[in-house]
Amino acid sequence: MSLLMPDSGLLFWMLVIFIVVLAVLAKWGFPVITSMVDKRRKYIDESLQLARKADEKMAGMMKEQARIIGEAREEQNRILKEAAEARNNIIRQAQEQARDEASKILAEARTQIEAEKESALSQIRSQVALLSVNVAEKVIRKTLSEDKEQKELIEKMVDESLKIDTSTVKN
Amino acid sequence: MKRTVRYIIPVLTLLMLWAPAFADGSGDGGKDIDIKSMLFGHIGDSYGWHVTKIGDKEITIPLPVIVKSSTGWHCFLSSRLEEGPVDGLYVAEGGKYDGKIVEKDAAGNEVRPLDISITKNVAGLMINSIIVVLLILGCSRWYRKHDVLKEAPTGVAAVIEPVVTFINDDVIKGSIPEEHSAKYAPYLLTAFFFILVNNLMGIVPVFPGGANTTGNIAVTLTLALLTFLIVNIFANRHYWKDIFWPDVPWWLKAPVPLIPLTELLGIFTKPFALMIRLFANIMAGHAVILSFVSIIFLTVKMGPAVNGTMSFVAVLFGIFMDFLELLVAFIQAYVFTMLSAVFIGLAHVKTEPKDTGQHDADDENRETGIIL
Repeated sequence: MSLLMPDSGLLFWMLVIFIVVLAVLAKWGFPVITSMVDKRRKYIDESLQLARKADEKMAGMMKEQARIIGEAREEQNRILKEAAEARNNIIRQAQEQARDEASKILAEARTQIEAEKESALSQIRSQVALLSVNVAEKVIRKTLSEDKEQKELIEKMVDESLKIDTSTVKN
Repeated sequence: MKRTVRYIIPVLTLLMLWAPAFADGSGDGGKDIDIKSMLFGHIGDSYGWHVTKIGDKEITIPLPVIVKSSTGWHCFLSSRLEEGPVDGLYVAEGGKYDGKIVEKDAAGNEVRPLDISITKNVAGLMINSIIVVLLILGCSRWYRKHDVLKEAPTGVAAVIEPVVTFINDDVIKGSIPEEHSAKYAPYLLTAFFFILVNNLMGIVPVFPGGANTTGNIAVTLTLALLTFLIVNIFANRHYWKDIFWPDVPWWLKAPVPLIPLTELLGIFTKPFALMIRLFANIMAGHAVILSFVSIIFLTVKMGPAVNGTMSFVAVLFGIFMDFLELLVAFIQAYVFTMLSAVFIGLAHVKTEPKDTGQHDADDENRETGIIL
């Protein structure tokens, strides 16, 4: 059967052709393709790994960010609280100072008023004495001979009456 | 797509009805068709490449005949053989060397000279090899010219690369241990693409295709022989040990080496099966398609009605067979590559850890542990 008998010429050419094809493709064909495909596969793997790492880093950064924001908020709260305290302190101090000042001024005013009152009283007293003397003088000029004795007497009497007066005023 | 499909059947029917009328009009009726010689002519080899017949004129592409006869080397175009013997060389008709170039020796017997003519199959192999080389080099050229990390493959690279990746990753790396696979990948990939392109070109019925290359036993013999050589030359010790002293009860190998003999036979049956499988599948596919086409011509004498229906059926089956052959073309290339890879992989199997081997390893570990 000729179909099952390999022809030597065809065998020869097939061997030559296949080996040439194999040599050409093994040199310039398949190694290039497979190495490039491997290279790309490696690159894709690396890229995926990098992406995963970036994702992880991103998640870390988000956490860090949240932490920083939280800290900033706390800081803000703290500062606000401090500021409020400081304000309150200042206000309180100012109030205290004002109160002190006011009481000091009041005290001074009171002493002054006291002094004024004293001097006014003594003036009034002398005026009254003078007036009384004058009045008495005018009343009793004619009757009294001795001025000095009279004046002493009148003064004594005025004093007594004044003492009664001031005690009543005080009371 | 749907519209195209809708038109296929009416067009085919019209063709079927027209074909017998045409055959009836032009044929001379009385001529018997020699189906067997037609079939063998198509699936066999020839010195010229017969393309078609227009009227009475045969269109044949002449191919070079290269013969070393008793009178030395002869080289001429095959068309000269049709005019008569060239330097005592002629194509035998019938007999032992039917269809081959022969010469007469001194005793008058037909003898076969050394014949390395570029026959139809050799020319087909050359054309198909050029196609394979262009495809693969076109692909590798793309990789040389482009940055593989920045661009996706386009053009021929986009077609070839997935197939290369598929064969390389699934078949080659799946069958051969990792450290050896790169060494054998070029051979297996070349074999795959060589067989695939030859199978596909064999289905194409007109000139650049149509040569029944992978359906020729010389071609498959060469491929199987290469696999055989690669498997047995690069096989490791374990492979040979498994053949001559396999792990079976001693009485199967001691007085009568029953299993070793079977294993030894297996060395040859494996590539033999590779050779026959590819050859028979492709040859049978061609024979079936040709037979369906022959039905059209065989039934001409039975009248237009029978011929018409039979032609319709034959063409339908022919189309079906062509689709099947497309599938077979791929499957056979795949199977040849896969089995070759498996055989190569079997020749590189590492020694499996056995009971005694395990103990040795444990002892070694303990020793190294003590030393450490």
